[in-house]
Amino acid sequence: MFENFDLQKAIFGRLTLESIPYHEPILVVTFIVVAIGGAAVLGAITYFRLWGYLWREWFTSVDHKRIGVMYIVLGLVMLLRGFADAIMMRAQQAIAFNGNEGYLPAHHFDQIFTAHGVIMIFFVAMPLVTGLMNYVVPLQIGARDVAFPFLNNFSFWMTVSGAILVMASLFVGEFARTGWLAYPPLSNYAYSPDVGVDYYIWALQIAGVGTLLSGVNLIATIVKMRCPGMSMMKMPVFTWTALCTNVLIVAAFPVLTGVLALLSLDRYVGTNFFTNDFGGNPMMYVNLIWIWGHPEVYILVLPVFGVFSEVTATFSGKRLFGYTSMVYATVCITILSYLVWLHHFFTMGSGASVNSFFGITTMIISIPTGAKLFNWLFTMYRGRIRFELPMMWTVAFMLTFVIGGMTGVLLAVPPADFVLHNSLFLIAHFHNVIIGGVVFGCFAGIAYWFPKVTGFKLDPFWGKMSFWFWVSGFYLAFMPLYVLGLMGVTRRLRVFDDPSLQIYFVVAAFGAFLIALGIGSFLIQIVVSIKNREKLRDVTGDPWNARTLEWSTSSPPPVYNFAFTPVVYDHDAWWDMKEHGYKRPMGGFKPIHMPRNTGAGVILAGLSFITGFALIWYIWWLAVLGFVSLLATAIGHTFNYNRSFNIPTQEIVETERERTQLLQSAGA
Amino acid sequence: MTAMTASTSAPEAGGVKETPVFYVADEHEHGEGGSTQLGFWLYLMSDCLIFAVLFATYGVLGGNFAAGPSPKDLFDLPLVAVNTSMLLFSSITYGFAVLEMQKNRKQGMLMWLAITMMFGAAFIGIELFEFTHMILEGATPQRSAFLSSFFTLVGTHGLHVTFGIIWMITLMVQVMKFGLNEPNKRRILCLSMFWHFLDVVWIGVFTFVYLMGVLR
Amino acid sequence: MSTDAHASHGHAGHGHAGHGHAGHGHIAPGGHDDHGHGGGHPESTLSGYLTGFVLSVILTAIPFWLVMSGVLESKEATAISILAIGAVQIVVHMIYFLHMTPSSEGGWTLMALIFTVVMVVITLTGSLWVMYHLTTNMMPMDPSQLP
Repeated sequence: MFENFDLQKAIFGRLTLESIPYHEPILVVTFIVVAIGGAAVLGAITYFRLWGYLWREWFTSVDHKRIGVMYIVLGLVMLLRGFADAIMMRAQQAIAFNGNEGYLPAHHFDQIFTAHGVIMIFFVAMPLVTGLMNYVVPLQIGARDVAFPFLNNFSFWMTVSGAILVMASLFVGEFARTGWLAYPPLSNYAYSPDVGVDYYIWALQIAGVGTLLSGVNLIATIVKMRCPGMSMMKMPVFTWTALCTNVLIVAAFPVLTGVLALLSLDRYVGTNFFTNDFGGNPMMYVNLIWIWGHPEVYILVLPVFGVFSEVTATFSGKRLFGYTSMVYATVCITILSYLVWLHHFFTMGSGASVNSFFGITTMIISIPTGAKLFNWLFTMYRGRIRFELPMMWTVAFMLTFVIGGMTGVLLAVPPADFVLHNSLFLIAHFHNVIIGGVVFGCFAGIAYWFPKVTGFKLDPFWGKMSFWFWVSGFYLAFMPLYVLGLMGVTRRLRVFDDPSLQIYFVVAAFGAFLIALGIGSFLIQIVVSIKNREKLRDVTGDPWNARTLEWSTSSPPPVYNFAFTPVVYDHDAWWDMKEHGYKRPMGGFKPIHMPRNTGAGVILAGLSFITGFALIWYIWWLAVLGFVSLLATAIGHTFNYNRSFNIPTQEIVETERERTQLLQSAGA
Repeated sequence: MTAMTASTSAPEAGGVKETPVFYVADEHEHGEGGSTQLGFWLYLMSDCLIFAVLFATYGVLGGNFAAGPSPKDLFDLPLVAVNTSMLLFSSITYGFAVLEMQKNRKQGMLMWLAITMMFGAAFIGIELFEFTHMILEGATPQRSAFLSSFFTLVGTHGLHVTFGIIWMITLMVQVMKFGLNEPNKRRILCLSMFWHFLDVVWIGVFTFVYLMGVLR
Repeated sequence: MSTDAHASHGHAGHGHAGHGHAGHGHIAPGGHDDHGHGGGHPESTLSGYLTGFVLSVILTAIPFWLVMSGVLESKEATAISILAIGAVQIVVHMIYFLHMTPSSEGGWTLMALIFTVVMVVITLTGSLWVMYHLTTNMMPMDPSQLP
């Protein structure tokens, strides 16, 4: 294309036309579908003139509620991508027997299992739980926003920026072929010279900044912005689990940042941290990344433990059994989760003393988790249980998670782990706890708080369809993997020799197909609910007869959440208010001080994306330019001292009067 | 918050009882930035863990010389002592800047900040001199795992100091332009935490890397 | 800080003790009282900074002197002393420069610090322990250990 080859290198780095995978039919078809879908969405937004609205009211919003909703939308969109990867793998493994190579070449298959893991953990589970925490925590503690509203917006867009990098790898270049934790030496330059691992590194680094800052933000919010009367032991359990989760985020994510920085130095500068030569040690990477990795699984699961606690108490119509023990169990898990990382690599060969220490700590961590389960069971005991959708997810969780937990304890026994390490037994185990715990929990949370966000409930019929497809699909997809794992089948295999194994993979693929129906039903549920919103409408703001403060305000809550800061006396603050004749304040409103929207977060994240992309493709001039503009924009933003405004009393009076009318119309 | 409203009486079985106050009727304006100090401290704690990773890496790989130079061949303790003193001086001068700020003396504050910045720049200069010297001797970050982890640990600290200097310049401009207003004071205190935190990390570096390295 | 003005007022003044609901008698401390107000920063003093500086100069000089002069015969003793002095110096900096007190921000900064120290110790010693055992078990570099 260019006469001077070096000029092209200088301008485009290693990005050439060959980097676009137009010779891979699967990717081309995917691209066409994505392009048509994307064009349709963008076209619709343009046609309905929504760009201005979206930019002003959503993208630049510093309102924790809007940001929470955007996190959840991001998580659900990425779920579709992550699940597409999953079902492709299941299909490949179900047919690749008897000399059949399947339809995925090795090169592609390896990218798919890596992308599946990375996307599901970082861009599905993390945004979903962060979204729930962002939306609910300030409402539960009676605050009007988080401690650092701009940072919140910035964190979200950094996460989006990382997600877009991963998506870009699908059509420009390729993704890592290393497995979701990119162990060296395979991930080092010598064995993975392509852009895949660089996409991996920069996507996680950029998203990691967002995650870390949102962790700092939520801790500061919970510590400093609780309403009067809410001492630590009067915080709702979900807020407690959110606090512990964010403590873990702040303690664990820097480790990921550090270790990925070392890996990128190995790849970019040629240092010898994780190489096999010059004194490097690849096992140090494995050690370090699991120091982050194990807390990470608790980062995901602790908030949903909080969700289940809220749901169980609400739908059993009882106070949560053993609030104090629940809190202590959460704190115990927080600390213990930092002491078990080696159980991910018992087979490394550290010897008996090390392995037994970490085996024992791993078994100990199941004790506080077990205590939580008993608390939920005792909350249900003699309760007046309403089996609405969130409660159904909770019960399914309890059954499924116990199975996953028990197989986890099996894996915690080092000798057993030597047999089961890297087998499909492990895959079945962690999907059992992550789907049975985190995914079910997120669906429970979404169904539970959806009426708070929108003002109407989710359609129960399609919700139940989704529920049954998910639960039955999960069992069909993963129980066969336990069996296969015990028979010694290892993970990440593309083709198989032993035809007797095929039936298990076929069953697993059928299970994945049922899960696909579950996801479909969930999407239909949302559409149907929006269509029937008038029928499903809730004007009270408290559709479930719930217990905590978020239900005391209207649905959806006003921008300022509470016209007056609440005062609480109990961890079930709203229940307590209802019991003691709480009257909604009708007058005496004052102007409310609120943070102003800003586009700085979007711009900074966009510049991070450009810098990351340039670094991946060795486009050095663009990387330098991107980084310098990033720094300049950040500094420029600090010159903006005018970051808040007052909501005038008139507006509050209006908003509150509308709510009064609504409540009266409902006869409440 | 001192005023009371909504003390409507709710009839209950067994007598008339007062409804407890469930909201703050007379709310004071909460100043912005009440959480900044804590939030920034939390960020510093997370930074601590990045350094923990780098220290751990140095601890594990620091003895792997790969038949290359060892700390004894490379480290120049008098130079490190000079460098340490630069950082220590910059700490006390930053302290003086904070004292001036508390007395609302803008010029004095700016002067001490500038002096601090100069000490910081001297620190970076000496460190760069040390690094070039080592690299010219062939002790490059690529030479061995020991050197990789050494350069990364010390270099990351140096990058933090550089960032602190950039921040200091920004802050000086802001103070010159907008005076010692509340947000600027808050920022000065945040940077103070950042700067002193880097001292603490440096204590770890000169003890664990330089002194222990020469001892080894 | 402007919020300091009402830092001292508690919530005891709400006075709803008479409403007969035991749980509502008082607002537990720790909820609102420490929010926004504990903020502030203890006033720094000249003497504080100077004390910190002098201590820190001494605590820097001693380990350099110990290593450069080699006064202590054994390397182990030197290593242990410089590590101990380093730890003391870190505490000095925490108190005199970073103004750590048990009460700042309602104790939250100290709590965060202690938690972080625990995490740092786990990361450091854990990694060293794990990797040391790995090396001794998996890489018999000493020829005498080879079979």
